[in-house]
Amino acid sequence: MATLTNRAKVLEQKPMSFMERLYLPAILKGMGITLKHMFQKKATIHYPEEKRPFSPVFRGLHVLNRDEEGRENCTACGLCAVACPAEAITMEAAERLPNEEHLYREEKYAAKYEINMLRCIFCGLCEEACPKDAIYLSETFAPSNFTRKGFIYSKDELLIPNPVTNKESFEAAKGQREQQLKNK
Amino acid sequence: MTEAVKTLKVTIDNITIDVPAGTTVLQAARMIGGDVVPPAMCYYSKLQGSGGKCRTCLVEVSKGSEADPRPMPKLVASCRTGVMDGMEVKNMTSNRVGDARNGVVEFLLLNHPLDCPVCDQAGECHLQDLGYEHGKQGTRYEFKRRTFEKHDLGPYIQLHMTRCILCYRCVFTADQLTEKRVHGILSRGDHAEIATYIEKSLDNNFIGNVIDVCPVGALTDKTFRFKNRVWFTKPVLANRNCSCCSGKVTLWQRGEEVLRVTARKDQWGEVEEWICNECRFEKKKTSDWIIDGAAPVNRHSVISQGHYEHTIKPAETFSAVMDGRNPQLLMDIHTVSEVNDPAIDLSQVNGPATSALYAKTDKKH
Repeated sequence: MATLTNRAKVLEQKPMSFMERLYLPAILKGMGITLKHMFQKKATIHYPEEKRPFSPVFRGLHVLNRDEEGRENCTACGLCAVACPAEAITMEAAERLPNEEHLYREEKYAAKYEINMLRCIFCGLCEEACPKDAIYLSETFAPSNFTRKGFIYSKDELLIPNPVTNKESFEAAKGQREQQLKNK
Repeated sequence: MTEAVKTLKVTIDNITIDVPAGTTVLQAARMIGGDVVPPAMCYYSKLQGSGGKCRTCLVEVSKGSEADPRPMPKLVASCRTGVMDGMEVKNMTSNRVGDARNGVVEFLLLNHPLDCPVCDQAGECHLQDLGYEHGKQGTRYEFKRRTFEKHDLGPYIQLHMTRCILCYRCVFTADQLTEKRVHGILSRGDHAEIATYIEKSLDNNFIGNVIDVCPVGALTDKTFRFKNRVWFTKPVLANRNCSCCSGKVTLWQRGEEVLRVTARKDQWGEVEEWICNECRFEKKKTSDWIIDGAAPVNRHSVISQGHYEHTIKPAETFSAVMDGRNPQLLMDIHTVSEVNDPAIDLSQVNGPATSALYAKTDKKH
């Protein structure tokens, strides 16, 4: 049969040689490879106890940021939602009342803010679009869930802990990258 | 004996057009259309006496006229300069104009708060467009931006004086559409502000038009305040039989809700026909209106995103296949999502939503 490229290799099907027919040498060779790997550096880690450092450009679960006084940064400007290629973000805005000034940084805030994690592709365009440093992608994975309903993340899940009342978890949520930057 | 209308020949950016006597350079440029039209922040063709304040429409006149071909020494405001026969004007083709316009934009933005994320005008703001085309990235201004005491202009109109560029359009609108103007520009220089002299609300039946003429977000619709971003609402042309105005409007809908009603605007962002307050503020139901179809939106505008104007929805075949049964195949998003709650009709809420409105229907899952 004429070949198109002359790159096809014809497999030879020779009968096995005497050494091959013995089987034991081949098995010992395989065991040797196995033994060699036992002393090599392991490719896996014990995940929950041990964690890999995240790359500086890792994009994980979204976090809604607060400023240092614990007020929410988000003003519901809708730029993240319009930038989102998967149309995963929805929100509803409200006006800040005079007695809510310690809760929200600006006159307008997001009363409702939802991200559909089933739709989200973790591209990070929302983070880039945000003019208020309000949303960023953190160093955590979106946890798995048995139902689809659990993937509609509302503000309760997304908001970062309050840095005034809960400083430790705030720092933890900010992630290792932030701390590395601080240490430098 | 009918005298032939005298026409003048004017060349703008090497495009020649014959225009009737008494036309301004800006109007002539608009007759040509396209990119040669200088931007205008204060000039409004429907308002007499408007123009000459913002200086964004500056152009270079490289040849005064056939009779006196000397160029004009300084850049001139095209909205206030009449056309002469044989005049040659440079807009896009002049470097001086570009530089001057960049400077004008920088001046306009000196005191502008840049609170576009909060502002309801964002997305249809002329100052945003102008800044996008001609503005610089940074600011060289080192001082505090001016601030004002807040004035309440009544239940319909929200005034944000810090955003104002003092174009006087709203003053002319009130002068020419209403019998008695109650607002105006008080004080001088840096302190100049739009206000009513002694706290008064604007309640003339046509005063709502000041919202449409405002090129920035200084005067916005209080009944639409913070309800939604402009580009997430869908503009639809509609009309109704109104006793006091033409009743031809644009509805800005979310689903079936009418979040905002504005007058129809032409390609220059100017109102086609003035509408009354009743149409603008009171008729916030789709059933009040006869829908004429989707409003034309410039394809480069952010408002055109997500409208999918010419998409055809395929017919649902499930009930036919399933012998008339209609099983629920998809999750109803409202069982989980709190956004766009069917129990809350935002269009029926007067003024912006607050935490009190959402507290009533808050469901925690």
